[in-house]
Amino acid sequence: MREGARERILGRVRTALGRMPGEGAPEPPAYELVVRGPGPGPERVRLFVERFEALAGKAHMVGSAAEAGAKAREIVAGRSVVAVEHEVVRAAGVMEWDGDVRHGFATGEELRRACAECAVGITSTSYALADTGTLVAMAGPGEPRLASLLPPVHIALVPEAVILAGIEELLLRVPEPDEGTSSMVFITGPSRTADIEQILVRGVHGPGEIHAIVIV
Amino acid sequence: MKGQSSVPQAGIESTLGDARLQLAIYTATGRLIDHRKKAVSEEALPDYQELRRIAHELKRHTIENLDYYLAQVERKVAERGGKVVYCEDGAEVSRFVLELARARGERLVVKSKSMTTEEIHLNEALESGQVEAVETDLGEYLLQLAHERPYHIVAPALHKTRYDVADILTGSLGVERETEPEKQTKIARGVLREKFLEAGIGITGANFVVAGSGAVVVVENEGNARLSSSAPRIHIAVAGIEKLIPRARDLAVFLKLLGRSATGQALSVYTSFLAGARREGEADGPEEFYLVLLDNGRSKLLADRDKRESLYCIRCGACLNHCPVYRKIGGHNYPWIYSGPIGAIITPQFHGVEQDPWLPFASSLCGACAEVCPVKIDIPKVLLKLRAEVTASGARGGTERRVFRVWAWVMAHPWWYGVLGKMAAALSPRPAGGGWVNKLPGWMAVGPLGSWLKERDLPPPAEQSFRSQWERRRRGA
Ligand code: SF4
Repeated sequence: MREGARERILGRVRTALGRMPGEGAPEPPAYELVVRGPGPGPERVRLFVERFEALAGKAHMVGSAAEAGAKAREIVAGRSVVAVEHEVVRAAGVMEWDGDVRHGFATGEELRRACAECAVGITSTSYALADTGTLVAMAGPGEPRLASLLPPVHIALVPEAVILAGIEELLLRVPEPDEGTSSMVFITGPSRTADIEQILVRGVHGPGEIHAIVIV
Repeated sequence: MKGQSSVPQAGIESTLGDARLQLAIYTATGRLIDHRKKAVSEEALPDYQELRRIAHELKRHTIENLDYYLAQVERKVAERGGKVVYCEDGAEVSRFVLELARARGERLVVKSKSMTTEEIHLNEALESGQVEAVETDLGEYLLQLAHERPYHIVAPALHKTRYDVADILTGSLGVERETEPEKQTKIARGVLREKFLEAGIGITGANFVVAGSGAVVVVENEGNARLSSSAPRIHIAVAGIEKLIPRARDLAVFLKLLGRSATGQALSVYTSFLAGARREGEADGPEEFYLVLLDNGRSKLLADRDKRESLYCIRCGACLNHCPVYRKIGGHNYPWIYSGPIGAIITPQFHGVEQDPWLPFASSLCGACAEVCPVKIDIPKVLLKLRAEVTASGARGGTERRVFRVWAWVMAHPWWYGVLGKMAAALSPRPAGGGWVNKLPGWMAVGPLGSWLKERDLPPPAEQSFRSQWERRRRGA
């Protein structure tokens, strides 16, 4: 039934366009991806912080991984934490905190339960985009999808070096994101809705509170 | 939805007569207009017009070579451990989902907002197959509980007040009545969180399908699409075959336009680029990934070179917000789930022009839609073509055609034109004091002219026609 559907649909598409089976396609229209805005350095960091905060994110600037850990600990304020296995998170010492800090899960189910139960998720970020104040999370061994999604509060540790100018620079650097990951997510501010009377409510399904601790 | 051969008079009148609803539509669309305007301003996005041009070109290129890109995405999705499933129509989609659910022993599906699945009434079909399907976008969830269809492509529950929402939540969930949107959202979040963690299958739409990456791109603000595609064991993305774009880099163009045109956001809160199932070494994510490519009339539309560009639409909703007709009659008076200008051009093409022959005429051709469309679809042009088709098909009454035939004859015969003009001037009511006509004499206030004048007024005609005044001047009188 569905095999038939494939042939029928492709057949109709070809007839409609007057094309032959197996016919190639010309190159897509050419255009340049132009990288705009400040280059790497304090200007770019400032722009990221400004845009991130304009969207109700909270940004914090620290000078080292250890300071990032201290800042994160202050935000967590004793609540339960799920932390991802990422070198930056490890360097910040999150795994050594006493209290309810969960990490290093044996099974996917355990990880999932931790993400569903904990108040705060601490992750790193693959990239950040300065001009839109965006965090780019690429799923991988040290970056599960759910840690930045299920807990009501998300804290991302952002080394300065991963901050890019914008989406153009990202796609120039990573033209084939599918090669490295099954999931690349742009996170631009806290989860929100305006579905009831256009009144803004934060934290619908994802975190309502999001922090970026920028390590410069 | 069943088609209507004539204008849905009663529905339109009740919308127009509902002051609260009028205000809701007007404020909501007005706000979206303002936000968009700021976001695409010279200051915020200097290369906006250039991006629109490129987006149009990219869409045209993909659609003109669609079979090539379909074959490519099929190959790429397979490489990424997923599977492409072609479906002719809604029945095939629901059969596929039901068979898969049965084979895997799943009974609960979480769904994120998708106009494509609305188009094929997937929820109802799944329910009748004993599989529970829960909408998880807040607006869509409320409408599912209220058994209604979306009012707007982007803001589905635009017509509901918080008091309506309170009724819906208490009525369906038996919770205590709550009228604060913040608390209402919390209630929905709690219910839906359970569903996300329990569901075996997540269904999302796709704003874009990236052929060269074998990936779907889903854009949202709430996080429910992320959850639907990440928490359940199986992810199914349902997309129309026209949603393809060539490469990942093209997202730099389309994402910059979509959020801004829809809600004025530079980027929506979450943009997920999803390529296949969870990989070796990844900590979570679905074990199975399916991309359903749906035709449901699209290939038929593709055959029409003149109107093919209707398929470039990225469903941003900007044309609805800017449409003076949509802003008065709202979303539910359009015959299909796609409303506003885009609905007016694709509904007749999907269903046949005979089905709703009035629809292409429900526009003042003001051109606002074409001006704001991020992919530069020439909506008024397509409307005119459709009008010609409706007229040729004879689906619309012959009166209009007869009137215009008489008009054309009169215009071509100046002597008759002059005589008739004088007669009209002589017969027209001429209120004392030079006021407006207000009311036509009964014998003239019939048919379309009568109903037109019910809501409008006319100044009385001049004592002398333009032609006789001109004649007098020429003679130096
Ligand atoms: S036709 Fe253009 S403006 Fe209207 S929804 Fe589609 S993309 Fe947006």
